Amino acid sequence: MIHHDLIVVGGGLAGLRAAVEAKQLGVDVAVLSQVHPCRSHSGAAQGGINAALANDPGSADDSWEKHAFDTVKGGDYLGDQDAVMQMTQDAIRVIYEMDHWGCPFSRYEDGRIAQRPFGGAGYPRCCYGADKTGHYLLHTLVEQAYRLEIKLYVEQYVAKLIVHEGECHGVVAYDMIRGGFEAYVGRAVVIATGGAGRTYSNSTNALINTGGGMALAYHAGVPLKDMEFVQFHPTGLYSTNILMTEGARGEGGYLVNDSGERFMERYAPKFMELAPRDITARSIQTEINEGRGIGGGGYVHLDLRHLGAERILERLPGIRDLAIHFEGVDPIEEPIPIVPSQHYSMGGIDTNVEGATPMPGLYAAGECACVSVHGANRLGGNSLLETIVFGRRAGAEAARFLEGLDHRPPNAQSAFGAVRAMESRVEELAAALGSENAYAVRAEMADVMKEHFGVFRDEATMKAGVDKLLAIRQRAAGIGLRWIGSVFNLDMIRTVELEGMIDVALAIAVAALARTESRGAHFRTDYCERDDANWLKHTLAYYEPDAAGPRLDSKAVTLGAFEPQERKY
Amino acid sequence: MPEITFRIRRHDPRDKTDPEPRWEEFKVLYESTLTVLEGLFYIQEKLDGSLSFRYCCRASVCGSCAMYINGAYRLACQTNVKHLDSEIVTVAPLPHLPLVKDLVCDMDDFFAKYEYIKPWLIRNSPDPEKEIPQPPKERKKLDMPIDCILCGACYSSCPSVWGEENYLGPAALLKAFRFEVDSRDQARKERLPRFDNERGVYRCHTIMNCVEACPKELNPTEGIQWLKKAAVRRRLFGRLK
Repeated sequence: MIHHDLIVVGGGLAGLRAAVEAKQLGVDVAVLSQVHPCRSHSGAAQGGINAALANDPGSADDSWEKHAFDTVKGGDYLGDQDAVMQMTQDAIRVIYEMDHWGCPFSRYEDGRIAQRPFGGAGYPRCCYGADKTGHYLLHTLVEQAYRLEIKLYVEQYVAKLIVHEGECHGVVAYDMIRGGFEAYVGRAVVIATGGAGRTYSNSTNALINTGGGMALAYHAGVPLKDMEFVQFHPTGLYSTNILMTEGARGEGGYLVNDSGERFMERYAPKFMELAPRDITARSIQTEINEGRGIGGGGYVHLDLRHLGAERILERLPGIRDLAIHFEGVDPIEEPIPIVPSQHYSMGGIDTNVEGATPMPGLYAAGECACVSVHGANRLGGNSLLETIVFGRRAGAEAARFLEGLDHRPPNAQSAFGAVRAMESRVEELAAALGSENAYAVRAEMADVMKEHFGVFRDEATMKAGVDKLLAIRQRAAGIGLRWIGSVFNLDMIRTVELEGMIDVALAIAVAALARTESRGAHFRTDYCERDDANWLKHTLAYYEPDAAGPRLDSKAVTLGAFEPQERKY
Repeated sequence: MPEITFRIRRHDPRDKTDPEPRWEEFKVLYESTLTVLEGLFYIQEKLDGSLSFRYCCRASVCGSCAMYINGAYRLACQTNVKHLDSEIVTVAPLPHLPLVKDLVCDMDDFFAKYEYIKPWLIRNSPDPEKEIPQPPKERKKLDMPIDCILCGACYSSCPSVWGEENYLGPAALLKAFRFEVDSRDQARKERLPRFDNERGVYRCHTIMNCVEACPKELNPTEGIQWLKKAAVRRRLFGRLK
């Protein structure tokens, strides 16, 4: 049993920022991560991070209030406006802080941080480092974690929360390098494990983004909020769904269909290619569905050629490399085939603006959490921002919570019990004469999510999808392990994580079926309009172990200065 | 359906029934878009659940899957089997590193050396209210070293690392270069003694394997030579930076 005051699960931007904050406040903090923190999926973010620095000559009168308005409108008024304002206000200080820690942002001639236009934003407000902003931010925070001598437990697969009398007392993790399960106990835990993109077969996400942290909290009785809101990024590479940044359009790239038309002028005449992602993704999907994809096929083109080699090499070098390596296309010479691809989970673990979940001692931050700031559709450049703003807040709040606690140690019996529960779960899996292949089941689940809960949704398709997921959950009960070795056992990790993935997928599916309106990324062809009278509210999904899917509840949206109005771009 | 042979180096040093490394062959269903990483997943999912390898982003940015593939250092995710132009895909772990299992190496020393060079921005003056200004021509000096993904290919390829276990190696030194060359960094003696010695920059004999090995096409040797010059200047002329 390993003791720390605060256990952070996940070593991406949100987890590291939480750990840095807590450490600076004097907390004994440890980070557990399935991969070395420098390999976290935050590093794959490309385009940038929003803050109303007003550095661009064209954005002198930008402000955090305007950033808040764009965010609320972009999220189709489902975001909690107090949380949004907190984020856009904090944005400015956290960006300067990252700069002071050495983050290599791109610069204007006068040495200030450069900002580019991004989707749904009224001003060029997206701070960037070429098209590798996430990589630069992540390495900067990894560096700070080392500077502050934060204890890193690397390649630990966290499989279970330790819960004692309704409070979170730590986690159980599988040590991938040394083998075996270990209890990491502390009176506070921050979950920062990222999104659930891999529940879909057409995701831009890293292969480790399985919604594991969401499942940890969900299985422990903490609700997941707004899970039906799944963002499809307009521009994933056609053959692999690898991300082509919105920054490519921010720099002036065009979206064109088979006849060479910049079709966005029919959907968003003012913002064109820089309409919010939900609108742009639906526009592309409509072009494809109506036979105007390239050659009548399943993709359209992202055309950067008119930007010229110099600008592409300076501003979008990473995009060019990815297109060459993974699609065989050099964007300087040819347009890039792209398709809308699952990208981001607006929903997640229910938290307040300080990152606290309903369970005492349990916090969450980043994509795995839902504060909510993104509402029904996240604006590009706001996810990196969310990780750092709310990672910091969750770390500070956990520190305050620890400060105010009695000095009772975490409960050892509960910790040992949780370890034993995991060990016997794996023994069960090992003993099962699995008739099902875990990977066939996983692939089928991910295809169901793609086909039944995609850009366009309707009652019949979603109902059929829920039924398929329930059948898949039945089949998953028949999975057995094929290898029981102790070290780096991918078969065990990937089988255990599949259970959580299916339950998270069901939460998405059931919540989507229930919401009989269209809002942001949740678009129903049978309920095309937003319905504020009935649906201006958050969905809460509670795990019901013995029932066919989650129990749904709802929670009011915190409104404020911005009255809901029709979204036009 | 066409198949291609994957020849994989297997070994579990902790398993007493597995005394030494061996090669195992698997038939993988071939498609023109197949990457080496996808091939490894095909094997792990369908043929042999005991295969171990690292993975994460599958888009050549996280640095997890550096391996020795058909005689060269490559990222498995970035390597299209078609481009190997070979009947057999040979996959081994990064050579010269301690083994955890199969294709997974122990990276503890690699990261200990990274930590040792103080890989963070060192400032001695109070932070300004806004950003620390940095003109584009200064920022441009960072372009090469900040793209390092810490995959370990250069470290594994370096004969100076093979010969001297305490040598910091190209990745850690490239990181030292990244900060020393940064116009915002104010380190004087904080970082210098960590690389200005026989376990640091002077152990680099410009063999340039690291340049060839780097899957991001970076040039650690160039960074190390810059550090050598800077260190000598500071010794001879007492310059602060």
